[in-house]
Amino acid sequence: MRKFAAEKLEQLLSGISMPVYAPVEDGGTVIYGRYEPGMRLRLDKLGTDRTPKEVLFPQWESLMHFKMEGKKIQLTEEERANEDYVLFGVRACDMQAIRVLDRVFLSDPVDTYYAARREHGTIVGLACDAPGKNCFCKNFGVDPAQPDADVVLWPAGDEYFCEAYTDKGHALLNGWDTLEADECAVTAIKEEIGKKYDALPFAHLNLNGFDGEHLMEKFESPQWKKLSMACLGCGSCTFSCPTCQCYDIRDYDTGNGIQRYRCWDSCMYSDFTLMAHGANRPTQLERYRQRFMHKLVYFPSRNEGMYSCVGCGRCIEKCPMNLHIVKVIRALGEGEKE
Amino acid sequence: MTKETLVPMLGIVTEVRVDTPDVKTFRVNSVEGGKCFEHMPGQCAMLSIPGVGEAMFSITSSPTNQEFMEFSIKKCGCLTGWLHQMDEGQMITVRGPYGNAFPVEEDLKGQDLLFIAGGIGLAPLRSVINYVRAKRENYGKVRIVYGARSKEDLVDYPEIVNEWCREAGIDVFLTIDQPQEGWEGHVGFVPSYVTELGFDPQGRVLVCGPPVMIRFTTQALMEMGFEKNQIYTTMELRMKCGVGKCGRCNIGDQYVCKDGPVFRFDKLGELPAEY
Repeated sequence: MRKFAAEKLEQLLSGISMPVYAPVEDGGTVIYGRYEPGMRLRLDKLGTDRTPKEVLFPQWESLMHFKMEGKKIQLTEEERANEDYVLFGVRACDMQAIRVLDRVFLSDPVDTYYAARREHGTIVGLACDAPGKNCFCKNFGVDPAQPDADVVLWPAGDEYFCEAYTDKGHALLNGWDTLEADECAVTAIKEEIGKKYDALPFAHLNLNGFDGEHLMEKFESPQWKKLSMACLGCGSCTFSCPTCQCYDIRDYDTGNGIQRYRCWDSCMYSDFTLMAHGANRPTQLERYRQRFMHKLVYFPSRNEGMYSCVGCGRCIEKCPMNLHIVKVIRALGEGEKE
Repeated sequence: MTKETLVPMLGIVTEVRVDTPDVKTFRVNSVEGGKCFEHMPGQCAMLSIPGVGEAMFSITSSPTNQEFMEFSIKKCGCLTGWLHQMDEGQMITVRGPYGNAFPVEEDLKGQDLLFIAGGIGLAPLRSVINYVRAKRENYGKVRIVYGARSKEDLVDYPEIVNEWCREAGIDVFLTIDQPQEGWEGHVGFVPSYVTELGFDPQGRVLVCGPPVMIRFTTQALMEMGFEKNQIYTTMELRMKCGVGKCGRCNIGDQYVCKDGPVFRFDKLGELPAEY
């Protein structure tokens, strides 16, 4: 265990020779953007407006280019990411979300666009010293005091405790000027975080029955109609979600050829599954159900029980109709845990 | 196999055959000649014209065909409309093969086979039929029930009449929806024709066609005593990636592009009916 003075943080970040992505302000929002010396870090912000997901899986990315000439086509692949970088200040929930994305993009066949970015990044996690009222990460096996990252920082007043867990993490931390620290101090911090978490309103939800065994039972629940009635299909929940990874592939005529790009999409949209002969999820009820069934039932059924909700609370904050996943868990579940 | 997810290889359309007023069959070769990749019957490929779009199509030729791949495509949207106005020599992009296949070397082996197709639904089954014809000794009796709106809408008509109908051990039953001049065959919808023909509930059944035809045909088969685990179908949903990642063709805990498109009916019954 090592530590350094909190006032030295910006100096340490500025000293990193690679690009650093950290929570910074962009207009009125907090995003994981490129950090430059002098920028104000927003490490106080839980549930950043945009998630660290987009550093690995950008909202928009070029895949390849085509030149069309008569009946001929010429294809050039987009270069994969090849620059090392640091993703700084990732909370435990968002780190778990990256593990969820790994399951999707790194499973066979590997998505090499994602894999290249993942490989070149060193992730510095930040323990949540003050989990907020919308947090419910522990329900999904996430420990807010211990992000599953290459390096973890624990804020403690005017100091940060830090520890590296991987080779990449050690390589980064070795370059920092830190002091030897006592493990006991961090144990106390973790206990304190645990106590704060336990007092939160959504701390202990009951997820019994959210698994592949009960797939049809959950799907056929009469609750979906009532739950989805007010859904506008705006997609705010999907775009602010750290695990949502549905995407579209589209072509754009640049005037000098065709660029094929990938961009985020949303299962909440009416044209998501629309085909020439119609849509298989024709109303918002089916689309709303799809999103939550995927996170709570379908994904765990395929991934040894791993949920694709991480309890970050962003959908609670962002849904204009207040239709969040905690409501779904309560309505379809077996009541609260004792 | 396409080596890189999402990145296609280039193919050339080497022959265009007009099958029906809205179906054409495209023969595709790799730029170097030969096939773009090997596949199994029932598998699909993503075809695209850059700037127009990319979509999943079943490979209608049999893997036993060593020279080329074929795709029978119905004109019904933007991309298919563009494909329909292509000439020979046009390059397209191809990636695949995607999805599972009909279990031709496992569950179907040694069995009597009943193929039931409606309209363009013949396309994926034709791959199996020609595979079975090429390895005839591995399978029992072959019966094919095929229906379309009219005589002109029967896909692959010359091959059906000149090859399938003339082959020993294959019975072909054709039907069209409405009476038509010059048609002396059966008239009526596929499901009622299947009931009329009556089949022993043994062997394996492969069904493909419009959703409503599949539904009524399966009902008719069940009434004859067939079990759900004897019946296979293949599904079509909107797809973008083809590799189980973009989320579009997700039904229950399955991705149609990766875990399907071929499903046995008992397995399909365990999934939400969102198809």
